[in-house]
Amino acid sequence: MSTSKTIDRSGTPLVDMRDICISFGGVHAVDHVSVDLYPGEVVGLLGHNGAGKSTLIKILSGAYAMDSGEIYVDGENATINNPRDARSYNIETIYQTLALADNLDAASNLFLGRELVSPLGFVNDDAMEAETRKIMARLNPNFKKFKDPVSALSGGQRQSVAIARAVYFNARILIMDEPTAALGPHETQMVSELITQLKAEGIGIFLISHDIHDVMELCDRASVMKNGKLVGTVDVDDVSDDDLLGMIILGKQPGEA
Amino acid sequence: MTDMSNSGDPATPTIKSPVARFIHATELDTRLLGMLGALALIWIGFHVYGAVVNGFGAFLTPRNLWNLSVQTSSIGIMACGMVLVIVTRHIDLSVGSVLGFCAIIMGVTQVWLLPQLVGLEHWSIWIIAVIVGLITGTLVGAFHGYLIAYHSIPAFIVTLGGLLAWRGAGFLVARGETISPVDSTFRLLGGTADGAIGATGSWIVGLVGVVAVVASVILGRRQRITHGFGLRPVWADWFIALVGSATMIGAVLLVNSYYWPRGIVRRYAAENNITIPQEGLFISYGFAIPVLILLAVGIIMTLVMSRTRFGRYVYAIGGNPEAAALAGINTKWMTVKIFALMGFLAGLSAAVASARLGSATNALGTLDELYVIAAAVIGGTSLAGGVGTIYGAILGAVVMQSLQTGMVLIGFDAAIQQIVVGSVLVLAVYLDNLYRRTSK
Repeated sequence: MSTSKTIDRSGTPLVDMRDICISFGGVHAVDHVSVDLYPGEVVGLLGHNGAGKSTLIKILSGAYAMDSGEIYVDGENATINNPRDARSYNIETIYQTLALADNLDAASNLFLGRELVSPLGFVNDDAMEAETRKIMARLNPNFKKFKDPVSALSGGQRQSVAIARAVYFNARILIMDEPTAALGPHETQMVSELITQLKAEGIGIFLISHDIHDVMELCDRASVMKNGKLVGTVDVDDVSDDDLLGMIILGKQPGEA
Repeated sequence: MTDMSNSGDPATPTIKSPVARFIHATELDTRLLGMLGALALIWIGFHVYGAVVNGFGAFLTPRNLWNLSVQTSSIGIMACGMVLVIVTRHIDLSVGSVLGFCAIIMGVTQVWLLPQLVGLEHWSIWIIAVIVGLITGTLVGAFHGYLIAYHSIPAFIVTLGGLLAWRGAGFLVARGETISPVDSTFRLLGGTADGAIGATGSWIVGLVGVVAVVASVILGRRQRITHGFGLRPVWADWFIALVGSATMIGAVLLVNSYYWPRGIVRRYAAENNITIPQEGLFISYGFAIPVLILLAVGIIMTLVMSRTRFGRYVYAIGGNPEAAALAGINTKWMTVKIFALMGFLAGLSAAVASARLGSATNALGTLDELYVIAAAVIGGTSLAGGVGTIYGAILGAVVMQSLQTGMVLIGFDAAIQQIVVGSVLVLAVYLDNLYRRTSK
């Protein structure tokens, strides 16, 4: 997996978030945090609930506006004020909550905010369903419920709709917030394979996870956060599970006593 | 390969009974069928009750059904907008007062202001008055939406305030007076003998409708073939085309068999130098103009809701506001637009209602908000958001109006009417809950 190939970090990073700060009502949710991501790399974001990892990532995906800091995409200063901006930089996000409109079908969710329209400006449901069928055939061949609202789907099927949405639009930077939290073993395996495949295509992935084993297996580097601050970023090949646990729980660097 | 719409779907239970197979093949909305069934029951019930108890069934007569269609228009137009408001988890309690306010503004424009500028009964008066009314409604609605979206005041409070404020504003503008008479062309919007399009016009409308139904069935089939989706059986497509066309033609026959009363015919004959033949002169009403306005609003709004991004976003916001925002939808601006649209439709309703009355009074539209909300809810719009259709709301308006008209015809007094309408609203929502639970 990740150990078989080293990531070339000599060029410009795909994403470089520098000195990011955001606070909510006096609480520093993210406090001077810097992380970066290179093409073909998976960077795990680790930390307790409330450590600030989801908040950090929502700044990148445009859901929150940061108080200070800078974001560079391909070395260029990027302005991300809303989800639309993030999408224009090919940043796609799979949220922990999946962020699906339960009353709409798979195709409507997949294309939400980016509907295919006919020359007259009307949404082209048939074309969107056809495209959805194509991508689903690749991601989850068992998926058949194209006409039903996604509320009628199982957890795994809903997850595949959320993943399809991120993958379909040629993401270059993919944010996955606990992508396997609600999944069974088989579906988790599917997500792992997908991550490996996307990585091979040169896509950079931020992977938020609670599961240290997931991170050790799938990620190249891990950035650990605690109380809104960055504890450190390490190469997963250089550390043990216990080192990571120490960073998460105690906030100490590997090797520290 | 899929050869029939959902046949490859393992989740679809095997279908046995012929009724279920029929509904499956035609892909008809069972909710819609239920509502049509309830409506048929109400109509036949009132007619039979009248025939048995009063010796005359007055409900299923061209005259009554024509009047019913006109009376439904004003509520129906607003119900179309209320669907969007409720689908996005809001409510608008102010529509009745906004209607009253718009009516007053239109009345002032066409009775007090314009005649001094362009002269009484000038051709442009009704156009300017209607435009002023529509702009007024749109601005009022947009203002409500702005307060709700950008200042986080709940829609219930903003529009409850609006319910009081706009009624008061209307009173101030009109100084409490009834403004009349309105422009004679403007009056046609209300649907009187002149405000209907006659037999020939109605046939044209009906035939256009038939062509549209057949074309949509054929085009829909072709679309599905292009994309390789499953098709409805040919007989099911035929069935839909036939029933759709028969409904159109039936409606035309109905409105054309309601004739002008003798007094109006005599006056008309005198004015146009026509001698009335021995057997009498029969001039059909045809479709009333307000009904055509309602139909146009219904068709346009259905298109908007099912075929435009705006409509898609309305449903998405109703289903999951957070997801909609994360998908890059500007939910605040959408809220402003939705309430502005509601205001626009209240303005349009105001034109219809005041034209029908022939004057603008401050009390116009009182309690309409309740009927409009009831129509939308009876029509299947879920107060939890995300679910609702335009045709359902219009049908809901017809149901409400049928109950009212029916009870008047058979001589129930006002107190009982209120009890029945109130109970039906609660019952309808209860049945709808049952339906949704069992259909899941």
